Amino acid sequence: MSTRLKEMLVVAVMTVFFVIMYWGKVDGWMTGFQFSFGLSMTVVALIVVSLLVILYLTLQGKMIGRRVVFLYVGISVTLPFFMSLSQQIKISPEVQTLYDGIAELPPGSVVLSAFDYDPPSAPELQPMAESFFRYCFNNDLKVIVIGLWPQGPQQANMAIEKVMLDESIAAKNLQYGIDYVNLGFQTGNEFVIQRMGSDFKSMFPTDYSGTPYDELPLVKNVKNFSNIDYGFNFSAGYPGTVEWVQVAVDRYGLKMGAGNTAVQAPQCYPYIRSGQLIGILGGMNGAAEFELLTGTVGKGTKFMLSQSFAHMIVIAFIIIGNVAYFRGGRKRKL
Amino acid sequence: MEHFAIWVAAFLTMGIFSFLYKDNAWYKLCEAIFVGISAGYWFVTLFWDNIYGKFWVGKGDDSMLYIGAFLGLLMLMRLVPKIGWISRWPLAFIVGATAGFYLINYFSSNVMRQVEDTIMPLLGPDYSAGAYDIIGNIVIAVGTFSGLVYFFFSKEHKGAFGATAKVGIFFLMITFGASFGYTVMSRMSLLIGRLDFLFGDWLGMIK
Repeated sequence: MSTRLKEMLVVAVMTVFFVIMYWGKVDGWMTGFQFSFGLSMTVVALIVVSLLVILYLTLQGKMIGRRVVFLYVGISVTLPFFMSLSQQIKISPEVQTLYDGIAELPPGSVVLSAFDYDPPSAPELQPMAESFFRYCFNNDLKVIVIGLWPQGPQQANMAIEKVMLDESIAAKNLQYGIDYVNLGFQTGNEFVIQRMGSDFKSMFPTDYSGTPYDELPLVKNVKNFSNIDYGFNFSAGYPGTVEWVQVAVDRYGLKMGAGNTAVQAPQCYPYIRSGQLIGILGGMNGAAEFELLTGTVGKGTKFMLSQSFAHMIVIAFIIIGNVAYFRGGRKRKL
Repeated sequence: MEHFAIWVAAFLTMGIFSFLYKDNAWYKLCEAIFVGISAGYWFVTLFWDNIYGKFWVGKGDDSMLYIGAFLGLLMLMRLVPKIGWISRWPLAFIVGATAGFYLINYFSSNVMRQVEDTIMPLLGPDYSAGAYDIIGNIVIAVGTFSGLVYFFFSKEHKGAFGATAKVGIFFLMITFGASFGYTVMSRMSLLIGRLDFLFGDWLGMIK
């Protein structure tokens, strides 16, 4: 059988599988499944044994292909979705201080949240955003949303829609324009923040859906950062937390916390020690810690097991790769 | 429509993943769709939020906007080869203004504030620091000093000076390692997000 034919066969089998599963979901008989604790542990043991076999083969001089590594990473991320295992989450000082900063805000405080990310960063930042809105709405904080990234305000709307389904929040009957508002995206990066320091309205003449600024009760009396009690930036890069710290915090004295992707977090940690940021949620781990503090179990917590498994696999393959490297006299390539 | 949208999203996700097997037409199609839609999305968003939002809804009540719009129009002169040189004026303005803006911001926030935070008593103000903080302060002091020594190239890295520079290298390596670890964590998060979509939202296999 030719390679092309094999590839087409695999695609056909996968397509049939996907169609059946989807049909099951729509029809209602596929409600998802979960491994028992015993089966979960057996799966983990099998993965460990297979890794030991790979290590043994490597020591024998038989190298594995890169696709095997991809397969293991995929398996290590996927299988924990179905496992009945949980992971202990410890609260780090920077997440605790961030939470304390929000917790001391009295009801009615105005919080500015800047959504500077797009869908690719959503797995890390969306759980943070949902926990943040959940906390704000449950504690009667008024939220103003803006975005320096075009898709940021959309991400905010998605988080708000999800949080509004919570019974405790739905019961509050929160009103758009009074309890929360989405001013939308504005181009100009840090120059937008600079102008907001003197006049919000000049940068956001309308909200996300085109309503003029002065017709929104929550913001019509908000002139600049002096009318904001707390700022929170969800950031995946530039423009993001660095720019907010440089302009809004250092120039205009805004009290601020941030939720960053893990890539960006190390760049922002020095701002905590110097007092420029109150705290940081760093990556998915930060999201899980914040969920723990706010008393919710969201995707941040659920995904941490996959994250940990994937890290273990990466570490295992770093060891195997080094074994291959040194065994090959530092010349052979994997 | 909902079914169609979720199948399109799954088709595109699988297409991007197919690159892990090998480069192929499916992957290239998904890549081209992504680039095209991103460009279109940016254009539409910028048009409605800026040109429409500021000059139509906002009625252009800020006169500075007209100067910006004029400079923007000059930038488009690049499309006419004969007068393309005019586009250098707004470009010069952008470079100058941005450089000035950055100079102040970075010097104030990333230099002075960080230096101020680094120069501090090892035992804390009024000797109030705990053991954990004292160790942290010593690590910062030693790391900053040795790191700076490593980047001092006016003297040959030999003897005690060279040894200090080597300590600096260790600190730099630890920093890069931590950054790399965070990057791996971030990339894994993206993968987790997509696989959660495939197995959860699309196929409904996750409980």
